[in-house]
Amino acid sequence: MTDLSEHILLDSPRRTRSFRYRPAVLILIPLAAILFQVYVPKFVPALSYLDLPLLVTVYFSLMRRKPITGSLIGATIGLVQDSLSHQPLGMYGIVKTLVGYFSASVSLRFDVDNFALRFFLSLFFFVFHQFLYWVMSRALLNQLVVFDYAQAGIFGLLNAIVSLPLFAVLDKLKETA
Amino acid sequence: MDLLLSRFRNLTALLVIILAQLVLLAYQVKSRKDVPLIRVWAVTAVTPVAQVLETVRSNTVRFFRNYFFLRDTQDENRRLREELGQLKLQNQFLRTELETADRVRALTAFRERTPSRTIAARVIMSGTGASANAVFIDRGSTSGVVAGMAVITPDGIVGMVLHAYPTASQVLLVTDPGFAAGVITQKGRIHGTLKGGAGRSTCMLDHVQNEEKVEVGEWLYTSGDDRIFPKGLPAGQVRAVREGKRLKEIVVSPSGLQAGLEEVLVVVEGVHQELPDASVAPSSEFRILQPPAPAVTETTGQPEAGAPAAPQQAPSGPRYNTEADRLREKYQRIGEAQKHVFGEGLPGSKPPDFNMKAPPAGATQGPAGAGPGAAGAGGATPGTPQQTAPSGRGSVTPPAQTDAAKPVSPRPPATAPADGAAQPPAASKPKPSGAALP
Repeated sequence: MTDLSEHILLDSPRRTRSFRYRPAVLILIPLAAILFQVYVPKFVPALSYLDLPLLVTVYFSLMRRKPITGSLIGATIGLVQDSLSHQPLGMYGIVKTLVGYFSASVSLRFDVDNFALRFFLSLFFFVFHQFLYWVMSRALLNQLVVFDYAQAGIFGLLNAIVSLPLFAVLDKLKETA
Repeated sequence: MDLLLSRFRNLTALLVIILAQLVLLAYQVKSRKDVPLIRVWAVTAVTPVAQVLETVRSNTVRFFRNYFFLRDTQDENRRLREELGQLKLQNQFLRTELETADRVRALTAFRERTPSRTIAARVIMSGTGASANAVFIDRGSTSGVVAGMAVITPDGIVGMVLHAYPTASQVLLVTDPGFAAGVITQKGRIHGTLKGGAGRSTCMLDHVQNEEKVEVGEWLYTSGDDRIFPKGLPAGQVRAVREGKRLKEIVVSPSGLQAGLEEVLVVVEGVHQELPDASVAPSSEFRILQPPAPAVTETTGQPEAGAPAAPQQAPSGPRYNTEADRLREKYQRIGEAQKHVFGEGLPGSKPPDFNMKAPPAGATQGPAGAGPGAAGAGGATPGTPQQTAPSGRGSVTPPAQTDAAKPVSPRPPATAPADGAAQPPAASKPKPSGAALP
């Protein structure tokens, strides 16, 4: 086993424990992330690339380490996003459900406290989220949307960079189960 | 089945959630209907927070904007106050400059129109002592100022040069007790002597008999008798008239000092003028005197041919200021007709026959009157003292020149010339020790 695998793979009970959050945190943090997405770009358009609801979904799914909980978190946040968008309900819901599920699934095998893993997972799930949304737009809604890989990659990097301090702040709110 | 569900519980839950959403999505797409309930919940959950955020944000922005606006307002207010103060100072300075320019313009206009030759001067300081009625002007002997010159303004006479220094001169004001000037009333043509000393800002008119009529408010003009001030300059206005034992006690407000004293004119070469009409009172602004009357010869009583209206433009032809001038001219012509040289001859020798009729001017041979030698040591001739230029101090100018334009040049106020060349007439008796009236 290499050093990297020793750092990111779970090998102790301490690393396999899940974290609990206060209900207020579970409600207000996603709500704040959604508000940030719909409110802040109105004044700072450059921040529209930030997908804080996605990052919050990834974070809570990783920390909870339960795929069903992750799926529900993703579905809830996605549906709220759908409600505030012009798209039919379920587009963001389905995508974020999958993101939450896979995030929680990944957290069962990897040490999610690792910053490199957090960075990589944030980058991966951002691109995955964009790609899946694009697929669903074309498949389910028959929308001819072009997927810009470069833009998705750059925005994924930026979101991954933002996720590190964001996850560090959210770590202050977690409670050991 | 239970085992299968429990083993793949997570995947089953995922599929259920996904399937539910797919059904929801399919329903919306298929029916083209929205599911308002979920949107209402979401919007209801999000928008109040957004409204609170927007309210907080707008109030915060408004607060800071107002705060900085008020700060800017305070800064602007302070800057405007400073600017206002500077503008006030600048306005005051410009007003002063404008008033100075007005005075200078009045002086310039007065200089251009007055027949006398003057130089402008600025009062730079006053004399020492609380009761000193003397000021210093910025023109001195290097500018051609000599002691005894008249100092005037367009409003009237100011004083006379007491001492001329190279770069400045001391001027004795009309209100000084040592000052005196011959004046004449505008209406009654009554001669008198304007003297200072009645008060800090008033003068006295002396030597006016009780029988003579002088009214309050009447203007006084210089008579030219003192040989300092040209005739016709406003001297002041009668403020009060009281009967004395033998002479009237007349208080005069000098007009030259009424408007302050900053710029003055020094009369380098004065020219007599006629008194203005009694109905015309000098205004507070600069006044242009009437041009002098044409010269009148004694014999014909008619204006001389070619005699100009302005005396400074009429170098030919005798003009008289006083009766003494006329008598002196008459005796000079009689003496010249009889080949008599004034100032020569011993006491007891035969004098010229002054009873003969005086020949007309220009009938005599050679230079009128005595030559330079006539103004010699004898001094018997009532010569004309310094009638052309201040530099001619103490010399006697031939009457043919002096009587032409009749310029009045100042005489030294203190002492007579050492050579005793010419004695002034009785009307301008010299006053020693710097007295104003020589």
